[in-house]
Amino acid sequence: MSVTDTDHGFQAHASAPSRLDLYPAPAPAGLQHLTPATARGQRVPRWLRRTSGPVLLVLLWHLASISGVLPPEVLAGPSTVIGSAASLLQTGELQQAIVVSLARAMSGLAIGGSVGIALALVAGLTRLGEDLVDAPMQMLRTVPNVALIPLLIIWFGIGEAPKIALIALATAFPLYLNVYAGIRGVDQSLIEAGRTLGLGRVGLVRHVVLPGALPNALVGLRYSLGIAWLALVFGEQINATAGVGYLMANAREFFQTDVIVVCLVVYALLGLLVDLIVRTLERIFLAWRPSFTGT
Amino acid sequence: MASQLHRNLTGPAAAPVVAPLSAPVAVEVRGLTRSFGPRRVIDDLDLTIRPGEFVALLGASGCGKSTLLRILGDLDPDFDGAVTVPARRAIAFQAPRLMPWKRVWHNVVLGLPGRPDRRRADQALAEVGIAHRADVWPKVLSGGEAQRAALARALVREPDLLLLDEPFAALDALTRIKAQTLVAELWQRHGCAVLLVTHDVEEAVLLADRVLVMRDGVIAHHQNITLPRPRDVATPEFARLRGVLLDWLGVHHGTSGAAAQ
Repeated sequence: MSVTDTDHGFQAHASAPSRLDLYPAPAPAGLQHLTPATARGQRVPRWLRRTSGPVLLVLLWHLASISGVLPPEVLAGPSTVIGSAASLLQTGELQQAIVVSLARAMSGLAIGGSVGIALALVAGLTRLGEDLVDAPMQMLRTVPNVALIPLLIIWFGIGEAPKIALIALATAFPLYLNVYAGIRGVDQSLIEAGRTLGLGRVGLVRHVVLPGALPNALVGLRYSLGIAWLALVFGEQINATAGVGYLMANAREFFQTDVIVVCLVVYALLGLLVDLIVRTLERIFLAWRPSFTGT
Repeated sequence: MASQLHRNLTGPAAAPVVAPLSAPVAVEVRGLTRSFGPRRVIDDLDLTIRPGEFVALLGASGCGKSTLLRILGDLDPDFDGAVTVPARRAIAFQAPRLMPWKRVWHNVVLGLPGRPDRRRADQALAEVGIAHRADVWPKVLSGGEAQRAALARALVREPDLLLLDEPFAALDALTRIKAQTLVAELWQRHGCAVLLVTHDVEEAVLLADRVLVMRDGVIAHHQNITLPRPRDVATPEFARLRGVLLDWLGVHHGTSGAAAQ
């Protein structure tokens, strides 16, 4: 309370010039004018403030490149990167690589996700399934996926199979864990209420357990997609002859840091894209959660 | 609906109430015992509820009244004794327990055989006065509206026995009064037997034909309420009944000596 009351009055005027008429006089002693949120400093829109950070970073990168502080052998400047991205797009190399990589990630996710969800349903919905499935899954999930690459190469050779197997292995676990936890975490009082409404076992699973597990399942999907990307990057280091990883490996041979940066950006954009897809799925399927704001 | 038979049990030692063989019975409980570990929450309890009778069950927290309701609702099979209840039952809990992922009307007809019947849901929701909320998600409803939806969901099943487990306990005072009036109306229209578990003595006297006080695992006291409906909490007879029941609950001493054992 060190600020005097007259100060408060003037503050209200200063921050809300359009609302001068609202407070014609400074607040009387001991009182304070409260400013509505709409009248407070909103000169710069939030989206603009939020974009200025990344833009500033790119600008800094550009300045470092053209001034020679950042030599092109270490990291190519943004202008060079954009140029090589354009030429890669022109020759069609980049599009082809993206399609190959995307197909790898999605087929791996489809296989791994299906297995993970199926195992979670078995473990979540039946006692026997829980005893048989859950303990091995909890043990296996502690094995780092990438450490399996040598074994996968021995089993599947060096073609597409080990890459997809790696992605499938990596994505199965997040989905398994989250769907299983979701099924087990369904509010018991709702299951009880469902029983009193005359729902049988199938009805309970369909109307109570599965919808109740859906929020967790979507969290699992998001984790799985993130890990699918990570596994893709590792997988494409295995003697790839096509895909973004192949493009990157080639660029490494010739010290083309610009192409490497293009590939990194592509990886990031693809990750962003699938995240967007999951968010849309959440908005559709979890509309019943009023608190849901699409984190 | 008011009870003509006077059966005022005075304690656990009294002879069990035996309904005449010809009398129809909605709920018949004989020698019911339920233990949690060494503790006998319900100990050789007998209870009869006639069709269409509104019975309120009072008791201190943890006296086993909710346990009894759960047994009658077939939610707790670990009991000893003989329990007969109507096949068509419905329960409304203290929390509305609506499925948050189903729209309100869908919640109302959930579990009914056949395809979800929108018309039936709308009728049930209109009966409890929230027809305009049929298409919203349950999380959007206020506490009173959600409890009304739960009541609609229970009554759409046309139950012969409606079990109410402190359905008004979580509502604010004004909403509770409205909800109590609504339950009285719905009961008179549907004519189902009702067992209302509550800790609110006033609510019990206001709504019930018969008030049971549960203590030490048995029905310690039966109190018939023959006041004409709709009831007025301000009448002396209401206050007297309230005093008697509070005595039995061991809360209020001095207004009535009738309960002293």
